[in-house]
Amino acid sequence: MGGTGKLLDVRDIRVTFRSSDGPPARAVEGVSFALDAGETLAIVGESGCGKSVTGLALMRLIPSPPGIIETGQAILEGTDLLTLPEHQMRDIRGGKIAMIFQEPMTSLNPVFKVGHQIAEAIHVHQDISKEDARTRVIDLLGRVQIPSPAERFESYPHQLSGGMRQRVMIAMALACNSRVLIADEPTTALDVTIQAQILELLEGLRDQTGMGLILITHDLAVVAGTANRVAVMYAGRIVEQSPVAELFAKPLHPYTRGLLKSIPSRNVGQAKLPVIPGTVPEASNKPAACHFHPRCPYARDICRQEVPELRKLSPGRLTRCWALGDWLDEE
Amino acid sequence: MTESKLQTADKPSRTPFQESWRILRRNRLAMAGMVFFIAFFLLALAGVIVTQEWDLRRGAVMDPTTIRLADKLKPPMTRCSESDVPATDRPLFGVYLLGTDSLGRDVLSRMLQGAWVSLTVGFVAVGLSVAIGIFLGGLAGYFGRWVDTIIMRFVDIMLCIPRFFLILTVLALWGGGIFKIMLVVGITSWMGTTRFVRAEFLSLRRQDFVTAARALGLSDLRIIFRHMLPNALAPVLVSATIGIAGTILLEAGLSFLGFGVPEPHATWGKILDDGRKYLFDAPWLTFTPGFAILIVVLSFNLFGEGLRDAFNPKLRERGA
Amino acid sequence: MSDQNGTLLDVRGLKKYFPVRKGFLRRVAAHVQAVDGVDLSVAKGGCLGLVGESGCGKTTTGRVILRLLEPDAGQITFDGVDVAGLDRSEMRQLRRHMQIIFQDPFSSLNPRFTVGGIVSEGLKVFERGQGRRAIRERVAELLRIVGLSPDAANRYPHEFSGGQRQRIGIARAIALNPKFIVCDEPVSALDVSIQAQVINLLEELQERFGLAYLFIAHDLSVVRHISDEIAVMYLGWIVERGPADAVCEDPLHPYTRALLSAVPVADPSTHRERIPLEGDVPTPVNPPPGCRFCPRCFMRDDAVCPTQVPEVREVRPGRFVRCHRVE
Repeated sequence: MGGTGKLLDVRDIRVTFRSSDGPPARAVEGVSFALDAGETLAIVGESGCGKSVTGLALMRLIPSPPGIIETGQAILEGTDLLTLPEHQMRDIRGGKIAMIFQEPMTSLNPVFKVGHQIAEAIHVHQDISKEDARTRVIDLLGRVQIPSPAERFESYPHQLSGGMRQRVMIAMALACNSRVLIADEPTTALDVTIQAQILELLEGLRDQTGMGLILITHDLAVVAGTANRVAVMYAGRIVEQSPVAELFAKPLHPYTRGLLKSIPSRNVGQAKLPVIPGTVPEASNKPAACHFHPRCPYARDICRQEVPELRKLSPGRLTRCWALGDWLDEE
Repeated sequence: MTESKLQTADKPSRTPFQESWRILRRNRLAMAGMVFFIAFFLLALAGVIVTQEWDLRRGAVMDPTTIRLADKLKPPMTRCSESDVPATDRPLFGVYLLGTDSLGRDVLSRMLQGAWVSLTVGFVAVGLSVAIGIFLGGLAGYFGRWVDTIIMRFVDIMLCIPRFFLILTVLALWGGGIFKIMLVVGITSWMGTTRFVRAEFLSLRRQDFVTAARALGLSDLRIIFRHMLPNALAPVLVSATIGIAGTILLEAGLSFLGFGVPEPHATWGKILDDGRKYLFDAPWLTFTPGFAILIVVLSFNLFGEGLRDAFNPKLRERGA
Repeated sequence: MSDQNGTLLDVRGLKKYFPVRKGFLRRVAAHVQAVDGVDLSVAKGGCLGLVGESGCGKTTTGRVILRLLEPDAGQITFDGVDVAGLDRSEMRQLRRHMQIIFQDPFSSLNPRFTVGGIVSEGLKVFERGQGRRAIRERVAELLRIVGLSPDAANRYPHEFSGGQRQRIGIARAIALNPKFIVCDEPVSALDVSIQAQVINLLEELQERFGLAYLFIAHDLSVVRHISDEIAVMYLGWIVERGPADAVCEDPLHPYTRALLSAVPVADPSTHRERIPLEGDVPTPVNPPPGCRFCPRCFMRDDAVCPTQVPEVREVRPGRFVRCHRVE
């Protein structure tokens, strides 16, 4: 675990998408977290919870109509990313802060060789000759464990497998010595054996470079294996934040608890899987006050009336729930 | 924890057609195009009624064939010279709203008559080409292999032949006439539709719902017509509206060259042709049909593009 | 969970090759050996899980069993009937007993049909003579069984969420009272909490209607939960087959062992030693001679494995492995 001070300090981000007919979709409602150097923070949630939008907001990649970052700060090494003018943000994007996505095929331009694309990323951020860039790229391809890097430099994206393309994307992020890497479902589209390789690679690189890794995923098992701290999101809000071991051992929020309970691997031998009834609400039509209350077995009146704040229950453990304390005793 | 609540969608129900309509409505240019299209259609319909000689004694309400040499080449909004023109030959309201041509014929009446020609040629020709295109494209896309190869090579051959000259040749050899034009344009314009439909079928074939239909044991015919075709029609509709526009231009061009509908039936192309000699003396003879063609073609094209966007599934709303 | 009521589906020596055409004249240059000699069986009311990574041939196997793709070799016996030998109209009659559920909840439903239309289409084709009212009632019943309100019948698929659409697909599959359903990655595209709902539904239906499943997935923990038996596929072969718990707790084939070691566990306190596999998953075009897993195998014996094709052997009662090195 890192801990040389906060690398990235995110405060109260709110992102809304306006629609031409119908109510606006509040995709992210007041998300705050901090990332230390050398640590992996996992943002976990199901589709529609706003985790990807949060990542895109940090990169200032939200499409501007219809999306707006209404408030918030994201302070990276002293600079607030959310208020920078666009040309300065462009220098930082891909440089100090980088992002890799789920579908590496669509992240890479199919008509350029991969080596060229990585070199391009370098050229944008650094003044360097073509030969030096090429050397660096081959070195990077080696660092991400692509075999025969000098030959792979000349490959086109379609000639590489999914796992290799993802490594290329990681190489691009490394190329500019990013301090923060946001990985949005980086292994969801990959086979299990490749997934394990990629996650190990990311961990290794994080340890080597001391960068902070924000891992956005829906897969709790992936989180268990590779994250230091976890933030669980539901319907646009962080509902629980915790170091990883404590989250799995004793979840504080009913949603987290429901998610963990419904995982098949934690129900070996049981006939029926415990489920969270109902479905995730749409971003434009969320239940009032606590968004989770219609599906919560511990809901009470106050849950329907007032939004619970994120409260600290013990060092490093935050949760957003009114029914706390009571149901934990019931456990 | 029991799951006793039955689930359903929360929003009001909308058919895919209603969804498309919603998207179309937001596109102002496309709506303008559609309005003009409807206006054009109504005008053409009115034109047929108004310019036909329903009753031999009374003649047409607005007769496009009445020759009034006394009033030739009059600009728009000229009053009819009552002394020189007998009562039966006077235009409606006594005014030539769009002027007269070299034979004193009322341009407005001729435009109205021509509108109907443009419309029928457009719709019938495109209807024919779309029918051929759907048939061939569907076969090629569904069966693939050699059926596909033969059909597509046939398409390639047809595309090599310059369409306009083929039409001219046919018309020159076998004479003009509105039906021949519709027929010839129809059988030379199906290639684009074929490609679209084939492309849609090829991609639809891989969709799981087609596999599901096969797994249910449905017959090939049922799958093609009930499952795939309704999903393949969107690009066809778009290319059809744009095709109508193109056909109107084509007909105008043919009439301009003298290969169109025989005299004295007016078409917009003919009016353009007649006006050629008098471009500087009576510019309204050229501008009126030209402007009308421009508006109609433009509105069809805008409407067609709007349809394309409206049918684009990516613009749809989706469930969570 | 399954009684040995008898075998419903028995597959022997199934092969499916896809030709690779190259050149101007589209000559066949090679074959993608997607399924190369697969044996499996499913008991009446039982569930066989078919696991493997991309390119292993599990989806193809499912489709060939239903004859949505024609087999190139092998025997498929369904309830005593030789499936591969049927003609088109006989096959159509058989289809009502063997159905399929798909992975993608968005492309598996015809967007132009109402939900009621989708669910009832099989009924309209196979049970003619039923009045509209009878069909409407049956559709409402089916929707209720899968957990949807009957008024969903008048709506269109795009109005529903992924999990709900999957339920519609399930309703379609059970409409004709099939005996057997191929579940092709039915929960892979769903969120975790919805996965659990759909898995429970599938199990409920299995108990209630005595359905047999071929459950194809890449997520081992899901497969373990629902299946009685698991078959692991690699590059067109079934490399291991056995009872679900046994395969997961005591894997025999090296690939199964590597696969299980790579599956992330939802528990940070367990530390598994991952068995690394060199290289990427290869494509099944012109596979290596001998054992197909040999190039990446950590247990390989260079004297035997690269050259000799291993046969499927029952190394312990009920446990089948295709490997030279497992005793």
